[in-house]
Amino acid sequence: MKVTLTVNGQQRSDEVEPRLLLAHYLRDTCGLKATNIGCDTTSCGACTVVVDGLTVKSCTVLAAQADGSQVTTLEGLAGPDGELHPMQKAFREEHGLQCGFCTPGMVMAAIGVVADNPDPSDREVREGLEGNLCRCTGYHNIVRAVQSAAKAGPAAGQVPQSQEVAR
Amino acid sequence: MIPGPFDYVRPTSVEEAIAALVEHGDDAKVMAGGHSLLPIMKLRLAMPAVVIDISRIPGMSYVRVEGDEVAIGAGTRHHQLEHDEVARAEVPILPYTASQVGDPQVRHRGTIGGTVAHSDPASDLPTALLALGGTVVVQGPNGRRSIPVTEFWQGFFETALAEDELIIEIRVPRTGSAGWAYEKFTRRANDWPIVAAAAVDGRVALANMAGTVVRATATEEALARGASIAEAAALADQGTSPGADMHADQEYRRHLARLLTRRALEKAAGGAAAAA
Repeated sequence: MKVTLTVNGQQRSDEVEPRLLLAHYLRDTCGLKATNIGCDTTSCGACTVVVDGLTVKSCTVLAAQADGSQVTTLEGLAGPDGELHPMQKAFREEHGLQCGFCTPGMVMAAIGVVADNPDPSDREVREGLEGNLCRCTGYHNIVRAVQSAAKAGPAAGQVPQSQEVAR
Repeated sequence: MIPGPFDYVRPTSVEEAIAALVEHGDDAKVMAGGHSLLPIMKLRLAMPAVVIDISRIPGMSYVRVEGDEVAIGAGTRHHQLEHDEVARAEVPILPYTASQVGDPQVRHRGTIGGTVAHSDPASDLPTALLALGGTVVVQGPNGRRSIPVTEFWQGFFETALAEDELIIEIRVPRTGSAGWAYEKFTRRANDWPIVAAAAVDGRVALANMAGTVVRATATEEALARGASIAEAAALADQGTSPGADMHADQEYRRHLARLLTRRALEKAAGGAAAAA
């Protein structure tokens, strides 16, 4: 079947099998490898991307279900000049990563947390990220990064491509 | 993990969806958010030949008051229910329970119709719905019928839904300021409950204490004849048949059912007192 999606601001059409998962579509069809596949069972959140303004786990969405949607992956966050998104910046400044495997999903989920709540408490960040696992257990700095990004302003809760992350 | 191959159909009306169900029968599965169905398709526990994606059918996502009831469209996602003002005012146990499902990403996709159709005894919203009472409105080629929630879940992954029927909406009584609580015990933050108890208006339902979500009838009868919360909650596991797994044996689940029922009833009583 044919699907047409806007991925990181660029519209594209592809012929896909109905059973193709969005995570595989992004990685293998679009070549966007930032979206990691960790557990493959909707638990770890490494494959989190934003679809039509809401964070989703792309291992549990069919590319067919995302037909007609706007999808933002980690690659779509930085500006054309390479300027990092406020959430990326905060993760770097606060050392919100160790091995880095969970980071793309963590950053995308964190944008969703700040979209929902522009000034989240420590506990609210932790609850908002309950669907994302860091197996290095580097949570403290991740929480610090999210709070620091939120303090920097509302852009931390937005993706660049035309739509705000929905509340 | 990759699901087995299937044909993908995306109807744009309820009638089209039912026509597809009539055509494909048992070979077809309905998908809304896909957060119960896709995981079991990836494990190849389900291998439907046809997936009918109903998520683009307009008008299936709503929460509205109709007389003494609140009607919730089957396509309403957990995230919407969680934040819905009408639901929060009229039947607050539902938005709270919706907020306890999985994690934010899961709640952005999963729907109330999907979790009702899936009939997993460890599901959050069916437990709250069973405590509320109410009906599941389904539509087939011969029109609509209403199935009481007490009759809807018939076994593990088994419901009263016929092959050619689609869940249209869930109807629950307005509980307003009546006390309520949903107490869920999990091992990890975004897990299914090992056991959960929902209490509202003298009714109690339990998750994961049998092949389906179940009412704690002995507790309800004890409350009705004036027993204390402690006495009534001590009977919560009567008539249940919990399973055992690596996380909890049967006796531990029975203990949790009694404990969580007591907490839920105490919280509900406190809430009712606070509202009065």
